Amino acid sequence: MTDPVLATHGITKSFGAVQASRDISLSLQPGEIHAVIGPNGAGKSTLIAQICGGLAPDAGRVEFLGQDVTPLPTRKRAAMGLARTFQISALAMEDTVLQNVTLGALGARGGPLGLLRNALKDQDLHDKAMTALDRVGLAGQASTVTAELSHGQRRQLEVAVALTLSPRAFVMDEPMAGMGTEGSHRMTAFLGELRDEAPILLVEHDMDAVFALADRLSVLVYGEIIATGTVDEIRNNPQVRAAYLGETA
Amino acid sequence: MSRESLINAALLLGLAAVPLYAWATDEPFTITLATRVAILALAGVGLNIALGLGGLVSLGHAAFFGIGGYAMGILASHAQSYTPLMEVPFLIEGTKSMPVIWITAVVASALAALLIGVLSLRTSGVYFIMITLAFGQMFYFFAISWPAYGGEDGLSIYIRNDFPGLNTLDPIQFFGICFALLVLALWLNARLARSPFGLALNAARQNAQRVETVGLSPFRLRLAAFVISGAITGLAGALFADLNRFVSPTMFSWQMSGEIMVFIILGGVGRLYGPVAGAALFITLEHFLGGLSEFWHIYLGALLLGVVLFARGGVIGLLAGRKVAHD
Repeated sequence: MTDPVLATHGITKSFGAVQASRDISLSLQPGEIHAVIGPNGAGKSTLIAQICGGLAPDAGRVEFLGQDVTPLPTRKRAAMGLARTFQISALAMEDTVLQNVTLGALGARGGPLGLLRNALKDQDLHDKAMTALDRVGLAGQASTVTAELSHGQRRQLEVAVALTLSPRAFVMDEPMAGMGTEGSHRMTAFLGELRDEAPILLVEHDMDAVFALADRLSVLVYGEIIATGTVDEIRNNPQVRAAYLGETA
Repeated sequence: MSRESLINAALLLGLAAVPLYAWATDEPFTITLATRVAILALAGVGLNIALGLGGLVSLGHAAFFGIGGYAMGILASHAQSYTPLMEVPFLIEGTKSMPVIWITAVVASALAALLIGVLSLRTSGVYFIMITLAFGQMFYFFAISWPAYGGEDGLSIYIRNDFPGLNTLDPIQFFGICFALLVLALWLNARLARSPFGLALNAARQNAQRVETVGLSPFRLRLAAFVISGAITGLAGALFADLNRFVSPTMFSWQMSGEIMVFIILGGVGRLYGPVAGAALFITLEHFLGGLSEFWHIYLGALLLGVVLFARGGVIGLLAGRKVAHD
C-alpha cells in the first residue's frame, strides 16, 4: 500500500462520560473514496471536527500529507489542502455565489489580502472561481445571492468552494443531504470523477450513493469503528448488519 | 447608477451646499454645524468599518475619538506654552501643524486599537460589547485623573491649528478640510469593502467557520478592521478637538461611543453613507429640538426606537430599499 494522504491514529475524544471517539484509526489512500457510515450519534461529526481541526483529540494524532497536523488549527490544515464541506452549509449567505467561491480562491492563493484592489475584478481569482462554479454546474448562478439558492445548490456551492482550494484531500460531511433524487445522482457521478483529483473522506447517509461510490467503508458505532472493508465485505459483515444496516434495510 | 448611489451623491452634495450657502449669506454658525456633521460622520465611518463590515459591535470607540482629541490637545498645548513634550532621551516639541497632529492621532489610535483589539477580539457578542466599553471607560477615568493635561477640566487651545496654505480660523476653510477628509475616508471605506480583505472580512462576519476552512484567520481579519476603524475615528477626534478648540474627558465617555453608534444605526448599519445620513440627522435634531427643550433626547430615543423597529436599514435603507449585493 502507498502512504495514505490522510490518516488518524488512535483518536480518542470524550465529552464528560460520553466517549465520542474511541481509538479511531482510519486512512485515506490516494485516488480512493473512503466512506464513513454510522447511525445518528455515532460520533461522525466529532470525528470530522478532529480531522479538520475544530476539536483537539484527547489522545491519538491526525496525519495529513505525512505530517502530524494534530496541533494545527483549522486554517493551517485548510492551507495545506484539506478541503472540507459542511453538513449544514457554511456559506456567506448575504453574498453572491461568485463572492463565496472567490473567497475560496483567495484563501488558496495565500499571502496578504489586498486592501484597495477590487476582488471581483481580479482576473486570476475570477477565473479560478468561475472554473469551480462551472464544474459543479453553478456558473449560471454566479450573481445570485446565496440565501436564494436551493438546499441542493448550496451543497454544490460548498463543493465549488472546496475545489478552489486546489485540495490534496476532501472531507465531505453529507454532501447529498437535502438533495432530490436527480441532484443526488448528479452529485454521485461528479464525486466519482473527483476522486482522481484528490481522495475523498465521505460521511454520508445516502446508502445508494455510498455503495455506488465508496472504494472502502468504515462503520462507526458508538464512537468506535467496528469494521472497515470494501462494499461487499461490509454488506456481508454480520456485526455490521446487526448494528447498523439491519435498521435501515 | 443605483438608487442608493444617487442618495449618497445627494447627501454629499447637500453637506457641501449647506455651508457654502451659509457662507454666502454670512451665517458662520451654520457652517460650524455642518463641520460638526462632517467630523462626526467621519467618526461614524470609522466605526462602520468595524461594525458594518466586520460585525464588531464596539461600544468603546470613544477611546479612539478621545485619543485623537488628546493627541491634538497635548501637542497644541505644548506648542502654545512653548514647553517641550519631553527632553530625554530626545527632544519632542509640541506642534500646531494639523498634518503632524493628524498623523500622531492616527498612529496613536491605531496602536490603541491594536492593543484593545488583540485582547477583546478573543471574545464575541455581548462580551465583546462589554470589554470594549470597559476599555473606553479606562481611558475616560485615566483622562480625568491625569492632572498634567487638565484632568476633569480639559484643555483649551486658544488658536486653531495650522494647515499649510489655508486660514483654518475661517469656518468655511476649516469645513473644507473636514469635508475633504470625510470624502477620503468614504473612498477608502468603499475600496476596502470591495477588496479581497473586505470580501473575507464580510464573509467572516456572516460565517467565521467558512473563512477558516479556506485557510484564513477571522481573528486577524477582524483585528485589521478594528485597527483601521480606530485610526479613522481617532482622526475624527483630532478634528473635533480642533473645531471646539477644547478637549476634555467627555470625548472618552461611553455616551460618546453610544452617539457614534447611534449615527450608524440612524443612517443604516453597513451602508457606506449611513454615518453621513445619521450624523446629519442627529445634528439637525439636536439643533432644532434642542432649541425647543432640554430633554430633546426623548424625541431622539423615540426616533431611534422607530428606526430599529420599523426601518432596520436606517434612513438610507428606508430611502434606497433593500441592500443589493455589490459587484
